[in-house]
Amino acid sequence: MSPFWIDLIIMLIKVIVVMGALLGGVVVMVVVERRGAGFIQGRLGPNRVGPWGWLQPIADGIKLFLKEEFIPAQAYKPLYLAAPAFFMFIAFVTFAVIPFGDKVELFGRTIQLQIADVNIGILYIFAFASLGVYGIVIAGWSSNNKFSLMGGLRSAAQMISYEVALGLSIIGVLMVGQSLRLNDIIGMQTQYWSYLPRWNIFIQPLGFLIFLIAAIAEVNRIPFDLCEAEQELVVGYQVEYGSMKFAMYYLGEYTNLITFSALIVVLFFGGWHIPWIEGLNIHPLLLALLQVVAFVVKVFAFLWFFVWVRWTFPRFRYDQLMRFGWLVLLPLAIFNIFVTGVVMVLIP
Amino acid sequence: MELTLFVIFGAVAVASAFMVIVSRNPVVSALFLILTFFCLAGLYVLLNAQFIAALQIIVYAGAIMVLFVFVVMLLRTGKEARRGYRLIFQKSIGIIFVVLFLLLLGSITLMVSVTGMRGPYTAEAVRHIGNTQAFASVLFTDYLYPFEIISVLLLAGIIGAVVLAKRKR
Amino acid sequence: MPIPLPTVNLIDISPEIILGVFGVLVLLIDLFLRRERKGHLAVLSLIGVVGAFYASLRLWGSSHYAFSQSIVVDNLSLFFNGIFLLGTALVILMSVSYIRREGINLGEYYSLLLFSTLGMLIISSGNDLIILFLGLELVSIPLYILSGFARTNLKSNEAALKYLLLGVFATAFLLYGIALVYGSTGSIKLPMIAKLLSDTAVSSNPLLFIGMGMLIIGFGFKVALVPFHMWTPDVYEGAPTSVTAFMSVGVKAAGFAALLRVLLTALDKLQFSWVSILVVLAILTMTVGNVIALVQTNIKRLLAYSSIAHAGYLLLGLVAGSRLGVSSILFYLVVYALMNLGAFAVVILVGRKGDQNLHLNDYAGLGYRYPLMGAAMSIFLFSLAGIPPTAGFVAKFYIFSAAVKEGFVKLAIIGVLNSALSLFYYLRIMVIMYMREPEKKEVLPILFSPGLVIALLIAVLGVLYLGILPSRVLDLATSAIRTFLSG
Repeated sequence: MSPFWIDLIIMLIKVIVVMGALLGGVVVMVVVERRGAGFIQGRLGPNRVGPWGWLQPIADGIKLFLKEEFIPAQAYKPLYLAAPAFFMFIAFVTFAVIPFGDKVELFGRTIQLQIADVNIGILYIFAFASLGVYGIVIAGWSSNNKFSLMGGLRSAAQMISYEVALGLSIIGVLMVGQSLRLNDIIGMQTQYWSYLPRWNIFIQPLGFLIFLIAAIAEVNRIPFDLCEAEQELVVGYQVEYGSMKFAMYYLGEYTNLITFSALIVVLFFGGWHIPWIEGLNIHPLLLALLQVVAFVVKVFAFLWFFVWVRWTFPRFRYDQLMRFGWLVLLPLAIFNIFVTGVVMVLIP
Repeated sequence: MELTLFVIFGAVAVASAFMVIVSRNPVVSALFLILTFFCLAGLYVLLNAQFIAALQIIVYAGAIMVLFVFVVMLLRTGKEARRGYRLIFQKSIGIIFVVLFLLLLGSITLMVSVTGMRGPYTAEAVRHIGNTQAFASVLFTDYLYPFEIISVLLLAGIIGAVVLAKRKR
Repeated sequence: MPIPLPTVNLIDISPEIILGVFGVLVLLIDLFLRRERKGHLAVLSLIGVVGAFYASLRLWGSSHYAFSQSIVVDNLSLFFNGIFLLGTALVILMSVSYIRREGINLGEYYSLLLFSTLGMLIISSGNDLIILFLGLELVSIPLYILSGFARTNLKSNEAALKYLLLGVFATAFLLYGIALVYGSTGSIKLPMIAKLLSDTAVSSNPLLFIGMGMLIIGFGFKVALVPFHMWTPDVYEGAPTSVTAFMSVGVKAAGFAALLRVLLTALDKLQFSWVSILVVLAILTMTVGNVIALVQTNIKRLLAYSSIAHAGYLLLGLVAGSRLGVSSILFYLVVYALMNLGAFAVVILVGRKGDQNLHLNDYAGLGYRYPLMGAAMSIFLFSLAGIPPTAGFVAKFYIFSAAVKEGFVKLAIIGVLNSALSLFYYLRIMVIMYMREPEKKEVLPILFSPGLVIALLIAVLGVLYLGILPSRVLDLATSAIRTFLSG
């Protein structure tokens, strides 16, 4: 076989593995979220389907699949149908540049554990993440329902506002890392200051905090889930969606959550890096496997954090949300850039 | 490969740009405009300008157009949107001139080879320096002054938005 | 990757910096001022304008490129700076009482005026198509806002919207033109374009000619040449009068500065082709402007059409393209700034809250009731019509003689005929002022505020001085182009 075909096959395998991992992650998240909610609220949560309720997502899936496909009479049909698919598509595509492991030597070829190694990786993620909002806004508008429209508009304003803080919060990381390529950013973090690993969380604590908060707003979760807001807007833009179309949003949201957790890990927690392991003499393949596992563990730590936040905090009011985004997060992010710049000039 | 992609992106860009002006629903127009921007970003990638492509999507498709869509959705796009003047005379004249202009441009581009002076940033040079680095090193040296002017321009725009939109005092 | 920073000499852009700093300063101090004290901001802005003027004066005589050739600091740009700053200073003086009367005395007004002026300064020293484009945008965007500054006035809203939409449309033409010129030559630096045009393969590229046409259309919109003038009357009528005054003088001068740079520096080799375009535009602009002005009854609309006609006269100097032509454009712009702003100052004086009292009949009997103001208005109108011994006559004389010297005799004749035509509507205002009884018996007295009186005085004295002793300023204008046309 020519190298081109081999590369193609490797690429296909990577895509399938990542897709599978994402879908699996979503399935796990469904259980974790519902059981976690039970745990936090001092109740049991779903525990009937399968051992400790682990088969609950499958039951949910079957239920959604068997529901009636319903299209509102007044809806603008082409967009109404396209919106969920678009939302899910964007959510999956965004993950493409996230590296989940180091380079691996396999059968004499070097394989990058990442679907696409783009030299502007971080901007790629921002570009696609910023398109995700259309899936919500279009759904809100095309449903022709006032609650939907309100939800869509709220989310448009919210995403735009928090995207600014989100984007500015990582500038510090980029200034330190001197690259937009995610592998380079991880590469920087595999070094040490004597014993402390050089993770960006230690250099950019403020940037991390801002990124974390803005990320919650970007994935529309409590305390920033103003576009759903069950008590005010029923469920906002999703009101008119049922069956598999609803499932698509469900999938897309959890995929986004996983993507952002992975991004936090890559940007601030050294990605797949396991500290202090270099000294031990481990077979390279095993090491690579361990690193992938470390990455997954780190990502799940943040996923659990998001669940924890969701079932702990009340929802913001809309004006509080906007004020917080523009008057607190944005100035803080700019301040962070300023401080980073000053420090970089003083300590070369 | 490159040519095929160029043709695809170009054709979709032109077609969706056309749909922007002919579609009756303003929301649909806005969405087609986003598609146009997306295809333009694709063309930038083909030109080895990934950085600009990403900015094109982040700034235009991801931010500015969200605001467009936001405003358009707040408009009542019922029967009012379809009323209005027919402007048959203007439209027909406009169409004739546009077609003539496009024919002119098309025939010229087919006839004339590229005459301009070539710049220093060939595809190899950009790959060597790095995409973002090449962009920055031009922006902060040769185009420093325009860069600063733009900041004043944006400030003036912000002041204007605030002045026109704030509550009456 | 470390980037070697270029050497930056901030002295070269000191006028721009001063204006920008004062624009922001006005905005900041505005926070701490109560509504009735906003007049202080006018003083602050005036200080900024005078400072920028002084900085330009200090630079006088220099002739070099700066910022990796994106700007050129020469006497031409500094002379233009003088024109812009003179116009802005007069407009600020006129604005104080006007915006208080209209209830739009917000600090942002002055700030936006300064930013717009900053854009003009940037255009005047632009040596690069990008700079010219950005400068033009920086001129326009504050003006879109200022046109709609009287938010409760529907006409003001209409003006802002029309100006914005058509202005953006024109900008698109301009950008397309820049793109085509860049595509066919490979450079955006004006002197570089000129150098590249010596290659016949480049200078015969049809795309270049289309680009040039687009550039002319884009700038033509901004200076309101016929047939790109459709926005002018509505915008001039609807915008607050002080803003109209600023637009009629500043934007026009800035547009001509840009046209001069682009056509005479970069596209000089294509003169044979753009001259024929400009000749047609000049004839159309003069004639249409004057003919339509004949039937106007609203003073602002009348002055709008008159300003269109003046753009036509100015084009004659550009068509001539010679030393005399360019220096006569400079002189004309100075005179035009003085007489037009003077006329608008009178319009502001006569006007009433909510932009009332703009009909020509409202001027009936004013010549007797306020003899000094009537005399001032007569001087401005004479000057606009080009009657000796006012400055307007001298300015027109030089423009027309430049055209004749370069062989555009017929064009000059058309210009003179048009001047004669314009006499009719300018004199009509005077006839109404002096020979007609006012229809309404009760007329509110005119309040002369110090700022307006100073502005009027400067304008009157300037028009008379330049009419009788034009040689000083003419010499300055000649020395302004010494380095410009010699390359």
